[in-house]
Amino acid sequence: MIDRRSRAVALLPSMGSSTPGLITRFLEWFGDLGIFFWRVVRAAVTPPFEFRELFRQLDEIGSMSLPLVALAGAATGVVLSLEARYSLTRFGAKSLLPAAIVFSVIHETGPIITGLVVSGRVGAGIGAELASMKVTEQIDAIEASAVNPYKLLAAPRILACILVLPLLTLAADLCGLVMGWVAQALVEPLSFHQFISSGFKGADFNDLLPPTFKTMVFGLIIGLIACFQGMRTRGGAAGVGRAATSSVVLSSLFVILADVVLVKLILIFFP
Amino acid sequence: MDTIDQVAEKRAEAEEDARAQVIAVDDLHKSFGSQTVLNGISLTVSRGETLAVLGRSGTGKSVLLRLIIGLEKPDSGSVRIHGQDIAGLALDQLGEIRMKMGFLFQHAALYDSLTVEQNVAFPLQHHKKTMSKSEQGDRVKELLAEVGMEGDLNKMPSDISGGMQKRVGLARALALEPDILLLDEPTAGLDPISAAEIDDLVLKLQAEHHMASIVVTHDLHSAKTIADRLALINEGNVVIEGAFEELQRSDIEFVREFLGHS
Repeated sequence: MIDRRSRAVALLPSMGSSTPGLITRFLEWFGDLGIFFWRVVRAAVTPPFEFRELFRQLDEIGSMSLPLVALAGAATGVVLSLEARYSLTRFGAKSLLPAAIVFSVIHETGPIITGLVVSGRVGAGIGAELASMKVTEQIDAIEASAVNPYKLLAAPRILACILVLPLLTLAADLCGLVMGWVAQALVEPLSFHQFISSGFKGADFNDLLPPTFKTMVFGLIIGLIACFQGMRTRGGAAGVGRAATSSVVLSSLFVILADVVLVKLILIFFP
Repeated sequence: MDTIDQVAEKRAEAEEDARAQVIAVDDLHKSFGSQTVLNGISLTVSRGETLAVLGRSGTGKSVLLRLIIGLEKPDSGSVRIHGQDIAGLALDQLGEIRMKMGFLFQHAALYDSLTVEQNVAFPLQHHKKTMSKSEQGDRVKELLAEVGMEGDLNKMPSDISGGMQKRVGLARALALEPDILLLDEPTAGLDPISAAEIDDLVLKLQAEHHMASIVVTHDLHSAKTIADRLALINEGNVVIEGAFEELQRSDIEFVREFLGHS
């Protein structure tokens, strides 16, 4: 008993010193992120603008993510259809199936699946690319050439993420709805027109637009965190790996947390 | 007591000195955590002059170059470029000064997703927007010809050797016709023949462009070949500064030891 207590007491000082240390590091990280964001905003609104790089990033982030997002959206539609059919049939509400699929897809699963898929693909890509440039001094070379790396590298990537996320979300929504209908039609014949008109009965633009446009915030989070983690990397190949991993983990985490807040705000402002 | 003419003459001389001193580093301190890297270092380089900075590994030679171009901020002390203190300048203002400087990184730091031609064109595309594409192309070819790389325009950095990468890095550093050239270990990792070629190239460029240059190197032979003056650094400060012969005549134990082992 004494041994166990003394061991527990011995742990306390280390916990005491590590917990404030962790909090300090967390606050420092947030502070650095804020400074980084401010530099990017200032660079982004000051001419000359890097339109060519922005279009390249729109293609890289948007076009290249489309197949993955579409596939994820389609798979979600099928799963939702199968699960909702089973549950609603049990409670005698099978007629609500199209509405359940439509509302689930456009309100939540489409946007969050898109956010998470993009944070995985694009977050890792941006984090690793910029980290690799950082450790091989390419970002320093850009700066030494009197070119602002926040303007050339970070701003176009973050802006592309913000612009592309709502479009990818619409694609995920569409694929989810089509495959949700296919999954249902395979069990019980139902035309797509019937499925859509029944599903969207009572829906208005407030059901589609706020959940779709909230993904612009996801885009900001993914682009910002991936650029930040990439451009502050240190330590060779291991640093590149850490930057890629932390970009994905942190951006996914913050996308989920932001979703909680945004859903609440949407319910308040667009009831 | 000085007459008005004498005072004016002295002031003119002082201004002339300040103008001639293209780079002036004064009492520069830099630490990373608890490790002091530079401890009050002071140096000056004039137009057309090449200073070689020598010292053991980890003595802050590369950090000194990064401080001069503003990639690191000093803890205290000043770096003056053409008489202007770069501390506290905004990124845009610093950019104006950086356009007068060319920097060759230790590992060349070529943009690995761009071809040799695009690497050299990069500064021109961003700062010489009045130049047409064909003018930029001609200038790139001219720069690459100057460093003997005109036949490798479309190669990727990964497809050329370390020595060739340094040549391309040098061409990129010269793209904006700088009046300051900073070279970080230009001959490190190269075979003796490639190192001698880089030395000859630096000498040729120096004669043609008449820049103020700082060369950080371990290579005493290279330093002796390309520099007008040498500065030996130890424990974050300059131990001795002067022509190679002055270093050879020195009684300082560290200097003798360094020259003996080089």
